[in-house]
Amino acid sequence: MGLEAKLQTDGFLTTTIDALVGWARKNSVWPMPMGISCCAIEMMSAVDPKYDMSRFGSEVFRFTPRQCDLMIVAGTVTYKMSHVVRKIYDQMPDPKWVIAMGACTSSGGMYRSYSVVQGIDQFLPVDVYTAGCPPRPENLLNALIQIQDKIGKSKARDYQNLDRRNLVLSNN
Amino acid sequence: MEYKELLLNKLNEFKEGVVLEFTDFRDDASITLAPENLIPVCTFLKNDPDLEFLICKDVTAIDWAARKNRFTAVYHIYSFKLSSFLRIKVNLSGNDPSVDSVTSVWKGADWYERETYDMYGIIFKGHPDLRRMYMPEAFEYYPLRKEFPVMGIPGSIPLPSKD
Amino acid sequence: MIDVHNDEKLLKVLLKDDPDITIEDALDNEMVINMGPQHPATHGVLRLVLRLDGETVVNTVPELGYLHRGYEKMAEAMSFNEFIPHTDRLDYTSTMSNNVAYALAVEKLLGIEAPKRAQYIRMIIAEISRIMGHLVAIGTFAMDVGAVTMVLWTFREREKIQNIYDRVAGARFTTSYTRIGGVASDFDDVAVKMTKEFLDEFDHTMDDFEKLLNTNKIFIGRLEGIGVLTKEDAIAFGVTGPNLRASGVQYDIRRANPYLYYSDMDFNVPVFTEGDCLARYFVRVDEVRESIKILRQLLDKIPQGEIIANLPKKVLPHKAEIYSRMEKLIHDFMIVNFGVNPPVGDTYFSVENPKGELGFYFVSNGSGHPWKLKIRSPSFCNLQALPKMCNGQMISDVIAIIGSIDPVMGEADK
Repeated sequence: MGLEAKLQTDGFLTTTIDALVGWARKNSVWPMPMGISCCAIEMMSAVDPKYDMSRFGSEVFRFTPRQCDLMIVAGTVTYKMSHVVRKIYDQMPDPKWVIAMGACTSSGGMYRSYSVVQGIDQFLPVDVYTAGCPPRPENLLNALIQIQDKIGKSKARDYQNLDRRNLVLSNN
Repeated sequence: MEYKELLLNKLNEFKEGVVLEFTDFRDDASITLAPENLIPVCTFLKNDPDLEFLICKDVTAIDWAARKNRFTAVYHIYSFKLSSFLRIKVNLSGNDPSVDSVTSVWKGADWYERETYDMYGIIFKGHPDLRRMYMPEAFEYYPLRKEFPVMGIPGSIPLPSKD
Repeated sequence: MIDVHNDEKLLKVLLKDDPDITIEDALDNEMVINMGPQHPATHGVLRLVLRLDGETVVNTVPELGYLHRGYEKMAEAMSFNEFIPHTDRLDYTSTMSNNVAYALAVEKLLGIEAPKRAQYIRMIIAEISRIMGHLVAIGTFAMDVGAVTMVLWTFREREKIQNIYDRVAGARFTTSYTRIGGVASDFDDVAVKMTKEFLDEFDHTMDDFEKLLNTNKIFIGRLEGIGVLTKEDAIAFGVTGPNLRASGVQYDIRRANPYLYYSDMDFNVPVFTEGDCLARYFVRVDEVRESIKILRQLLDKIPQGEIIANLPKKVLPHKAEIYSRMEKLIHDFMIVNFGVNPPVGDTYFSVENPKGELGFYFVSNGSGHPWKLKIRSPSFCNLQALPKMCNGQMISDVIAIIGSIDPVMGEADK
């Protein structure tokens, strides 16, 4: 992002470059599937020939966090697993986004018990929450489109401090 | 001969009065034994050529919460030859419950006993590797005991920090 | 606060065959590798700690519990009907078969029986779920071994079955379709027609799948003779399902202790004797073919009739009647709020799920909530045999072995 570091103001050149970079970034979001339980099967269904996710540019499901920018947390996160999820989130390079897929990740879902984290936003910053148990693949594609809109509208100066709080709140 | 008669006859031949109680609720044969008779009876049930209870399907425990013998260890075993199940129950006391491990008889009881230890705190003497199964190793409580709340005890397992 | 990352006891077990060495000595000649809970090929959140001598696996210790959601504790706090949606999430690749198992177990405890049409519908959905579960197993197994096309083909077939689920139950994946005393909605003629059309196409699609894999030299070379589980070991470890039948034991609960109307159906139980990964794959493919045969018989023989039993105190009444008849309203209120009250006692009931034997052990003290519920899940027991199968093999075979056992962590961790 060397060029962006120099372009801090909103001139004609910066907005065009912002639009171009945003367009390129949003159409090639590489997801990191954190497939933990039942929602993982619906995530796999979103990639199958009927609900093709590759037409949105997200076919490449890299299982290594170093090459991804979107983490889809699909499945119930327990206290024991939360450390693993956070470790993988920390390994992803910036800029990164998180989709909380399903009821279990958004709020603990139907599991009010001693070992399930009642919502992953207790330890991860989440961008889009998806409802459903499990959400239909179209719902997941809708979440992906919302993330793409958010990326498309982000400006270069939002990525400068790489502070999570700024990135989540700026949604011009 | 019918299955339950065969079973009771064989057990009485093996050792008189070893079956403390026999129930037949909904056609499920179930016997109650004393803790010291558990291993000899299980070895007999496995090796006897007419019975051949070769496979141990499940080991679990029940917490009665208000009785003198607070826990009951329950074993489900199956015989291919007779196509029938048998349930073995052993009553244990509430303070420091412990029973002999049946891993010497059925290898497969290994993980079931670990799970029962994790959930109820029953020590299986002679188990090769008694660790917790589901909860983290340093967890201090036994979740399925009746005094443990469904929502858990806040702070018993740490969460990573948000930043 | 406790330390969640404490692995001391686990590492001690890993070194158990050499009591003289410490963990630092082992690291001189051997490697201790963590195949962590997040891994593309562990079929869920399974953690394996491997001890390797070069590329050969010397010892393996699996660790579970990363998806432990506390089912048994929650079941003590909810009534029998409320637990049905939770059973869906046990084996989440073949969801309706868990519902059938649970409903049958509760009906055994209560001593009631569903009407004949409901039993036939339950058999139909159990067999369709068996096909679905095996499709995921075959697809992901082939993908792990390298044949990535299979997973896309099998998921395409699954979508067709999920259209049938959608028509029958209203949801495409986790349906909660059965109720205590019957099923929730009818398997109507349109659904029967959809199923028959699907089966006619599916026969030829299975031929395509087999043409792709069965004589493929790489597939066979990668799997033959790998991860052998002998008959005695399989029985000793409590393994059930296709894994047991691939080791030579002819045990299928549908034949040994028949439930529903399986004793009237004509089908074979495929058994192979080699006990390696290839045999486990062939058992699953043959079981899919047998399921197609059973389904054709069921769709011809399905009788007309009621789909839910008419026992006021134990079975929820029809919604339409609740709004018009007073005593049905009262029964509905009592059952929903206080639960069906079974007699005091305990029962165990198990069915043949695609992964193995799924059993429910209920202890009831007469109230509407079970005093205890134990779920005997097949994947938990099948994973016990994993160290035995992996020790002595190469590390790249570990992936093939896990895929061939086909564990689902949702039920292994409960």
